[in-house]
Amino acid sequence: MASETIAITAATEIGRPISEGLHDWIVTVDHKKLGILYIVYALVFLVVGGVEAIIMRIQLIVPHNHFVSPQVFNRMMTMHGTTMIFFVAMPILFGFGTYLIPLMIGTRDMAFPRLNAFSFWMTAFGGLLLYFSFIGGNGLYGAGNAPDVGWWAYAPLTSRAFSVGHSTDFWTLALLVSGIGSIGTAVNFIATILCMRCPGMTLGKMPLLAWLNLVMGGMVILAVSPLTAAQVMLSIDRYLGGHFFDTQAGGSAVLWMHFFWIFGHPEVYVLIIPAFAFLSEIVPVFSRKPIFGYPVMVAATVCIGFVSLSVWAHHMFTVGMNSYANSFFTITTMAVGVPTGIKIFNWLGTMWGGKVQFRTPMLFCIAFLFQFLIAGLTGIMLGASPFNWQLSGSYFVVAHFHYVIVGGILFALFGAFYYWFPKMSGRMYNEVLGKWHFWLFLIGFHMTFDFMHIPGILGMPRRIYTYEPGRGWEIWNLIVTIGVVFQAAGVLVFVVNLLWSLFKGEPAGNDPWDAWTLEWSTTSPPPDYNFAAIPVVHSRRPLWDLKHPEDPDSKYE
Amino acid sequence: MISLIAAECAIFTIFVVAYIFYIGKSLSGPIPKDVLETPIFNTICLLSSSLTIHLAVRALRSARVNAFGLWWFVTMVLGTIFLVGTGREWWHLIFDKGLTIRTNLFGTTYYSLVGLHAFHVTVGLIFIVLAMIFTLLGKVEPAHSERAEVFSMYWHFVDAVWVVVFTVVYVIGR
Repeated sequence: MASETIAITAATEIGRPISEGLHDWIVTVDHKKLGILYIVYALVFLVVGGVEAIIMRIQLIVPHNHFVSPQVFNRMMTMHGTTMIFFVAMPILFGFGTYLIPLMIGTRDMAFPRLNAFSFWMTAFGGLLLYFSFIGGNGLYGAGNAPDVGWWAYAPLTSRAFSVGHSTDFWTLALLVSGIGSIGTAVNFIATILCMRCPGMTLGKMPLLAWLNLVMGGMVILAVSPLTAAQVMLSIDRYLGGHFFDTQAGGSAVLWMHFFWIFGHPEVYVLIIPAFAFLSEIVPVFSRKPIFGYPVMVAATVCIGFVSLSVWAHHMFTVGMNSYANSFFTITTMAVGVPTGIKIFNWLGTMWGGKVQFRTPMLFCIAFLFQFLIAGLTGIMLGASPFNWQLSGSYFVVAHFHYVIVGGILFALFGAFYYWFPKMSGRMYNEVLGKWHFWLFLIGFHMTFDFMHIPGILGMPRRIYTYEPGRGWEIWNLIVTIGVVFQAAGVLVFVVNLLWSLFKGEPAGNDPWDAWTLEWSTTSPPPDYNFAAIPVVHSRRPLWDLKHPEDPDSKYE
Repeated sequence: MISLIAAECAIFTIFVVAYIFYIGKSLSGPIPKDVLETPIFNTICLLSSSLTIHLAVRALRSARVNAFGLWWFVTMVLGTIFLVGTGREWWHLIFDKGLTIRTNLFGTTYYSLVGLHAFHVTVGLIFIVLAMIFTLLGKVEPAHSERAEVFSMYWHFVDAVWVVVFTVVYVIGR
């Protein structure tokens, strides 16, 4: 196929001034470079957001701690949530999508390369804007610096009276700007996947990663746009004296909650669907079996996409909606568990009877299956509105959604890192360090987030900066904070592994995993043009067909 | 473009929902019934511009560049009339009736929804003017008909949104 490369004259980069290389990265419209930019940018923010989490956990390690002031705690809480969702999870998943989609569907670049670059820089400047608030948030009033209204920014906390200075405006603008970037990327994903597939690749033969990113793109368009609209309204309130969320003039604080969660809940699925996509690529390769139930996987994803758009108000059971709304959102929340369950069974079905290879990416994926299942089960518990009335706003909820985001999305992401690192860098990672990372992070994760459920059940509310002794919460908070040490150590090993392998790792070759999708048919790292000749595919596993011409998949599909 | 329009639809939906939610919730006057007049002429202009842009694109596709320029120009004029009309309406509301975005909930929602739409018309007009300049310079060829068509989708969308805004603001809202 396209494994041969076109000889490029003067390909050696030795002797070029460093500024020229930097300039290349800044003006690039190449999907691979932009993908890596997204990922590196998100990794930096992952560390920043992680430090904020560590500060919060140190503050909560013992009752009546004075590590940080209540004001700083509120800022850390807001910045941690906003950073992790908007400037870590979204860009890193967009980065993998941007990098992998054109390679997987056998094309040379995204449909709109310049829009791609524009979207990245919008997201990047959004993040800078958010963190500029630490310097610029004082405004004329000299009060507050970083945003401290929580990542959900409920009205009336965000009104001029309760949030003086410009910190909330930085938050609003950062989300507005990065939201425009996200919509641009989503448009680009959809156009690329629908219009740029290589010859022979019908929708039914497309890799699942492309399918799932297509659904994700559609969800971003339908979910992020309401957030953009709501941020515009908030700006009108704060700067032009509007009354959208001003209860004293008849406005409604609950309307903001609805608008925020119409974005906020689909957002969770926007993040988890690419994680599903990684699983759907990694699990078959390390089980040495094609994915089990491909059409059902696609159908379940589309189903999740639709149903998850109508579950948002399960974040608001305690607000006082009428019983019809409560029942409706309870039912839809339960319903979204069905297609998700189908997916878990499909991955298990893929592993069942396969020759499972326990390499680092696979270990992360297996951990994902267990943890995501538990996260889903606590989600079903919280989705039942009577149960929710008891535990809403407690640490049980915090434990639940961190189980989804860390135990689910982050584990899948680490798996994806190890799986595609050889393709992106051309070098193998260190397997021993990879296993260390996995076990350290697994232990840390379970210490932190398993035990976080318990103080929640015992009544510990979330968002508090300190607590009274003698309520039975101390030991659990201590264990939770100790778990953070293991997680941080795991991430440190990961960073060391990445840097060491980047320079000293063994050359990976084109196809270290004996995998089946098109990105492994080209060199590692791929040349600028991806494929010397645009490939033609006949089945869902084009590389299998190529390696086994005597028994191609296309005979059975 | 269809994806972008879907995203725009979601944004408008949120503003329309906010408008409908706040109908009759204002604590103080003026209320829509007292101040709003139905902008029939404006509406006719904007909606007919959809037809003219369609004719322009069709002319370009069959390589009649002059006809394209004519219809494109008519579209531009109709769009400008709409924008000027909205401006006059706002002028009247602000200086004669004393309704601003700060006055009450009606003011807030009215100016943001109609303003959002007017903003989209403005963006569209900027593109139309640019294409008009290129036409006058003789740079437009039949090969560009696809671009003109993609843009015309946006313009049709802006018109369609006006139908929704018109219904919500001037029919239901009063």
